[in-house]
Amino acid sequence: MTYTQTTPDHDAGTPGDVGDVVRLLEPDGSRLADAELDPWIADLSPHELRALHRDMVLTRRLDAEGVALQRQGQLALWAPCRGQEAVQIGTAHALAPGDFVFPSYREHGVLLARGARPEGFMLAWRGEEHSGYDHTTINAAPPQIIIGAQTLHATGWAMGAQRDGSDDVAVAYFGDGATSQGDVNEAMVFASTFRAPVVFVCSNNQWAISEPVTVQTKYPLAGRAPGFGIPSLRIDGNDVLACVAAMRWALDRARRGDGPAFLEAVTYRMGPHTTSDDPTRYRTDDEVERWARRDPIARFEAYLCAEGVLDDSALAEVAAAADALAAEVRAACIGATTRAPETVFDHVYAESHAPLAQQRAEYVEYLAGFAAEEAR
Amino acid sequence: MAMISKDPVQACTATTLRQFDSSKKMAMALRKFGKDGISIWRRGFSSSAGLESSSTRDATPVNLFTAINQALHIALDTDPRSYVFGEDVSFGGVFRCTTGLAEQFGRQRVFNTPLCEQGIAGFAIGLAAMGNRAIAEIQFADYIFPAFDQLVNEAAKFRYRSGNEFNCGGLTIRSPYGAVGHGGHYHSQSPEAFFCHVPGLKVVIPRSPYQAKGLLLASIRDPNPVVFFEPKWLYRLAVEEVPDADYMLPLSQAEVVREGKDITLVGWGAQLSILEQACEDAEKEGISCELIDLRTLIPWDKETVEASVSKTGRLLVSHEAPVTGGFGAEISASIIERCFLRLEAPVARVCGLDTPFPLVYEPFYMPTKNKILDAIKSTVNY
Repeated sequence: MTYTQTTPDHDAGTPGDVGDVVRLLEPDGSRLADAELDPWIADLSPHELRALHRDMVLTRRLDAEGVALQRQGQLALWAPCRGQEAVQIGTAHALAPGDFVFPSYREHGVLLARGARPEGFMLAWRGEEHSGYDHTTINAAPPQIIIGAQTLHATGWAMGAQRDGSDDVAVAYFGDGATSQGDVNEAMVFASTFRAPVVFVCSNNQWAISEPVTVQTKYPLAGRAPGFGIPSLRIDGNDVLACVAAMRWALDRARRGDGPAFLEAVTYRMGPHTTSDDPTRYRTDDEVERWARRDPIARFEAYLCAEGVLDDSALAEVAAAADALAAEVRAACIGATTRAPETVFDHVYAESHAPLAQQRAEYVEYLAGFAAEEAR
Repeated sequence: MAMISKDPVQACTATTLRQFDSSKKMAMALRKFGKDGISIWRRGFSSSAGLESSSTRDATPVNLFTAINQALHIALDTDPRSYVFGEDVSFGGVFRCTTGLAEQFGRQRVFNTPLCEQGIAGFAIGLAAMGNRAIAEIQFADYIFPAFDQLVNEAAKFRYRSGNEFNCGGLTIRSPYGAVGHGGHYHSQSPEAFFCHVPGLKVVIPRSPYQAKGLLLASIRDPNPVVFFEPKWLYRLAVEEVPDADYMLPLSQAEVVREGKDITLVGWGAQLSILEQACEDAEKEGISCELIDLRTLIPWDKETVEASVSKTGRLLVSHEAPVTGGFGAEISASIIERCFLRLEAPVARVCGLDTPFPLVYEPFYMPTKNKILDAIKSTVNY
């Protein structure tokens, strides 16, 4: 199965466009059957369903704390992911431990699901550590700032895995804006030519700062991939079940040696691009409201409650877990300490070299001069 | 605040660094420390006020992004075949430089581009090649690198490779550059040196609102492709009287901002204000500094710098970009060639460290006033 545009004159990618996607859960939580996707999630147990829900709630809470801490002056910046929890948690839950993730700067949920700790997020976004987590433990690259470049890295990694004979898959996460970057298109060329085990997950959240997705494309993004020889699916990105199913389909293909796949998850950036952005300058409250009614967590909760998988006490327990996470996040942020200033020279290269060592020595001496003055 | 001593930025401890949580707070700190420093952007303070003075009638105190905005308005108004485009420019831009342009001139002439810097540059070249003024914005200089191939291999060589049959002189690339207090690796870079190494391009960097408007209009109207880097730290922070009128300032002409006799200091952009603070401190210790704003980095005004060093016998260059391979190296080498026997001391360079631009360590990385002052003294006492 692959995406083909179902309505030829469909006006692709307008903000609010939710047509032309595969969906298993309606916004009100009622279940839709889909012959092709249903088999991929038939085995999801109540335990796993609750875990998906829990991770979505925790992601939203982590994200809210990030924004709050920035407003309080504890972080210079935060890129909110509110509204995109289903894409991030759904796809992340489908991953095998050995799969390697190349996230953008907004994939907080993916990293949380992979095992990143609250202090990891806080230290990285405060700049106290270069990267808040150990990649060998959680198999994820640091959040990518330069847009789209990570897609090429994911493809190269995948080609390496292929040559090693492993069945690990690389996953590149990026947004609708990134699809205009040369790097993303080049990554698809390479992935296709080399049949690389890489999954491209495009979170079409409709906005690249102030640019609606129609600036990037006049045609559904999922429709580009087949042009590169890469099969794709266009899914409702606010439907966590569809995200799990589609990701399992894509990963399975790659693992069997059938090459890359592309998922366009249609979702919405409920918040600003970053805490430095004010979206009231370029989009309407009406539009945001419309998307609030398609909330990924609300619809999944409605479904799980109707199915008896979640009840009030389970919900209360998840809420308490979110509170506990929030407290950890705040403590990690406010309690962060900065390392000694001379560590700025560490890891420029694999090893130090004479001119840099000399520069470091001069700098240490220079800083020591201030300590001496203050002592006087 | 405890850190406001001699050099508020340098004397910061790790805990007080957290108070610099936004450029607004940094601005307040700078204002408190450098109340005279802020006033250097006011015309009355500049020792070269007489050289390129404008009438103070019909002038308004505006900040840097407003001055840039005025220049863009004038450019679009005076040439119907001029265009302004880039990411997010339509709603006014992430730094507000393009506010009101789309509303006034229409979305055919002021428009958003897809998220693709290489595309923006190449597309701009094409638009310029057919005689238009293509004023393209790269949202942060840190993102200019995908466009590097188009600028180096195409824009810079367009006229030359066609034997002057064809050119893209109407191209101007505008981009915010430099430290902003919290930009980290990818919102703080100063990449000017890469472009200074490319014959065929011009590189222009203003130090203040008045300079920016005049230099930007000159760059837009110059018949060569120009890369115009705007010091983002100064977008709101620098305020100066700027004439409402259409005016230009000459390219490839450095400006002596302060006269002195013991040492020549050279810089550009936001670093000028730091250098000027160092000059004032040096003055209190009996050292008379001559300060030059290079303004155009290529082709640069060697004559003005040479004349100054012939007078003072000493040179110090300061820039935020890492010291190794920075543009200070070119200035140093050229002046040593021209002024070798006159020099009383080696040329000093006070620049960024040879590391990627850090986040929390930014105050320690930067070529601060105190580092410059130390270098002035050791050069004078050589």
